Amino acid sequence: MAQQLTAKEPTAEQIADQKIYQQFGVTDHEYDLICGFMGRKPNYTEIGVFSVMWSEHCSYKNSKKILKKFPITGPKVLMGPGEGAGIVDIGDNQAVVFKIESHNHPSAVEPYQGAATGVGGIIRDIFSMGARPVALLNSLRFGNLENARVKYLFENVVSGIAGYGNCIGIPTVAGEVMFDESYEGNPLVNAMCVGLIDHDKIQRGVAKGVGNPVFYVGPATGRDGIHGATFASVELSEESEEKRTAVQVGDPFMEKLVMEATLELINSGIVLGIQDMGAAGLTCSSAEMASKAGNGLELYLDEVPQREEGMTPYEMMLSESQERMLFVVTPENEAQAREIFDRWGVICAKVGKVTDDGRLRLFHKGEEVGNMPVTALVDECPVYDKPSSEPAYFGENGALDTSYEEVTDLTGALKQILASPTVASKEWVYNQYDYMVRTSTAVQPGSDAAVVTIDGTRKALAMTTDCNGRYVYLDPEVGGAIAVAEAARNIVCSGAEPLAITDNLNFGNPEKPEVFWQLEKAADGMSEACRVLETPVIGGNVSLYNENAKGAIYPTPVIGMVGLVHDIDHITTQKFKSEGDVIILLGETKHEFGGSELQHVLIGKNEGRPPALDLAVEKKLLSAVRGAITQGLVASAHDLSEGGLAAALAESCISGRLGADVNVATSLRADAALFSESQSRILLSAKPENAAALTAYLTEQGVTNAEIGVVRGDALTININGRPGIAAPVEQLEQVWKDAIPCLMK
Amino acid sequence: MKFAVLVFPGSNCDIDCYKAVEEIGEQVDYVWHTATDLSAYDAILVPGGFSYGDYLRCGAIARFAPVMNEVKKAAEQGKYILGICNGFQILTEAGLLPGALLRNKDLKFRCHSTLLQVANNKTAFTNQYSEGEIIDIPIAHGEGNYYCDDETLAKLQANNQIVFRYKAGANPNGSVDDIAGVSNERGNVVGMMPHPERAISQILGSEDGKRMFTSILNAWREQHGAAVNG
Repeated sequence: MAQQLTAKEPTAEQIADQKIYQQFGVTDHEYDLICGFMGRKPNYTEIGVFSVMWSEHCSYKNSKKILKKFPITGPKVLMGPGEGAGIVDIGDNQAVVFKIESHNHPSAVEPYQGAATGVGGIIRDIFSMGARPVALLNSLRFGNLENARVKYLFENVVSGIAGYGNCIGIPTVAGEVMFDESYEGNPLVNAMCVGLIDHDKIQRGVAKGVGNPVFYVGPATGRDGIHGATFASVELSEESEEKRTAVQVGDPFMEKLVMEATLELINSGIVLGIQDMGAAGLTCSSAEMASKAGNGLELYLDEVPQREEGMTPYEMMLSESQERMLFVVTPENEAQAREIFDRWGVICAKVGKVTDDGRLRLFHKGEEVGNMPVTALVDECPVYDKPSSEPAYFGENGALDTSYEEVTDLTGALKQILASPTVASKEWVYNQYDYMVRTSTAVQPGSDAAVVTIDGTRKALAMTTDCNGRYVYLDPEVGGAIAVAEAARNIVCSGAEPLAITDNLNFGNPEKPEVFWQLEKAADGMSEACRVLETPVIGGNVSLYNENAKGAIYPTPVIGMVGLVHDIDHITTQKFKSEGDVIILLGETKHEFGGSELQHVLIGKNEGRPPALDLAVEKKLLSAVRGAITQGLVASAHDLSEGGLAAALAESCISGRLGADVNVATSLRADAALFSESQSRILLSAKPENAAALTAYLTEQGVTNAEIGVVRGDALTININGRPGIAAPVEQLEQVWKDAIPCLMK
Repeated sequence: MKFAVLVFPGSNCDIDCYKAVEEIGEQVDYVWHTATDLSAYDAILVPGGFSYGDYLRCGAIARFAPVMNEVKKAAEQGKYILGICNGFQILTEAGLLPGALLRNKDLKFRCHSTLLQVANNKTAFTNQYSEGEIIDIPIAHGEGNYYCDDETLAKLQANNQIVFRYKAGANPNGSVDDIAGVSNERGNVVGMMPHPERAISQILGSEDGKRMFTSILNAWREQHGAAVNG
């Protein structure tokens, strides 16, 4: 059997003559470059290795120029992009480590395992840095939830995330789920992990010390996930179903053991370099570790633990079997490392050696089966500057009037918005996640951001994921900036100081100039917002080619932001706290319906321009709200987003199980005052005795603010200029909001 | 008083149980699944998680771990043994508690706070609660649907072995007779699906679980002639 498989592999000549490399996504030009670096034609294993290393997923060849736009440094950044995850100082010799990553294409064809292994992969990125993972988040996008296939994907993606996170014992504390037809057939599954580390424990993925042994730990390698990275770098098509074998199968129990053993190994202080085997498995981890040390690496493939018989070098190098790690120690420390993995019942095999020749050399059955220059694999992939052009829709939308005819049934409109799956309660989702394990979750899912306490300190971490793809589609630059601003608003509303972001750029096919334009513009907007709000990008992921038969998804640059709560007394939630508390609206409302939930629900379109964003105003707002929370003046804080003021008031009422009497004085139409999604607005409530001090402080800080009502009773009543607008019992609103997703999923 | 928190491969609430014991100021050790001596401990906590990945069936593999022989000995000696969530599943698989835990009736993992009624406050685990008291303790499980046959149920009821029930109308998983926790006949072994160790401070949303740990301490001190005074 093994002989047959090997015999089937085409020769180097055949690969060249029949252009077999094209099947791996390698272009003619790239093939010529590879031959140049090799000084000969690559064999089947070698072209396989090159093709994954030069795939978009591993090389960022189409997005590198975009990524250069991001601000990546800051006084607290200990490690920026490039390693497994970014690291930010949080004082007292501690640091927070976090990263987001996508598993979109695997989840589209095999939702449970696709989502589960997405979670597994991001957890490995965190603990391979030496950090203890303390929380998981996610950001999900699906098509219209009325569609049977969408229900299937949604149900199984949520199950897969739950299955992995719950078993490994890391709480899934926050996330976002949005539904829009643009994601039909190409759902987005982005998973984020946050970990804690002491400064002196930070690890790097480097193959240090010529002659040192290289160890493989984790379960045996199988034929699963071969070419996963390449699969992630092409559009989905009807043939994608055939790529189900490119989807890996997760084993969270194994990862739990690998994680505990790895953290113990790292704490023992003997590790010289360590990296997880994620995309492109053994290939990527070995090549990158050698490259970062400026060394070479030899791999003895017969020593690689194998789950199946007769695996070829090609299959072993390209397998993406899960829960595997690669590390380097000195020969003297080998026994100690082996003892740790033995105790945890995890396979540990010596599979290679660090060399000084700058080559990745592969040996199998007594022969050299691959010999490639490490720098060519890791650094020499060509970088493309793709043509960019403004899509026609952008200009057309600019000319549209999206003020629309005035909505008269305002209570009905609010209920429709609350019942829209994007706004509706996500309890159906997060109740399937164990969000409390590790007993540090101070703010549970359902508020603006989750808050996780740090044992032994009075500090805590606030975390959120955010992006409104509709806004980004309508104006990528403004939408990209809003994604960052909204994340920061959520963090600040939770009582924290925004620290930094990780981003997941989910876009369509970058070879289409209109898609590349979206990517460029969104990056511009995000970069500007990150600069102004002082939240550098410390790492992230790029997922391109998210397309289906109808075209590209909405451009969706998901922002994962982490903030520091300096004292747990500052922790603030969105829910109204007590009868009599004064409700204050911060920021200015304009008539902005472009990209809004109201537009989606009532007009059924996504058109016009998204709400405008003034970053200077945003910065002032965030700083003032932080100041007010720190001074103890704030009882509740909630960011205004989808559904505007009316939805925010309803959410604060529902979560607090209290009503509110509100009157909004405005020159706008009633529907605009209630449902416009103008940016840089926050809803606060304060104890009556603090209200005057709070509004005085906000005014002094230059923040527009207005007392709009009082927390009272068990109904939400909103008048506009004294005239009745919305009136409904909170219980009724709660029912609409809570039942929406369970009803659709029945 | 000295507590042991057992650690199986895949346990993940071990740290939380450890923290809960620290919170009441008593001594506590992690004890590995291969341990063959528990004589140093007065109480044994079998924590939640996914021992052995919950493969085959929850708790079905863990019951064969070497430490389980010692747990059985400790139970015979009358030591206090508390199994929480996966720990409860392990204790039923090991035959230390009656009944079995099936998949939740809606076939989904469920994590949220639940209201429990203290059905028996005369155990070593519940003496700090009042009879019938409603307490707020979270659940997080996929297989928490307690099942036993009618004969066993009648015995549990007659012997006062039902320790906690889900509040009427709030049974989250389909458990027989709303059962959330049971004891053995002697009353020194208790298993429950809800997580008292997750309800030990206001910042976590409830501190109603803390009294389970102080109850054990109180029972131990009474047994050793030094009951807690205030």
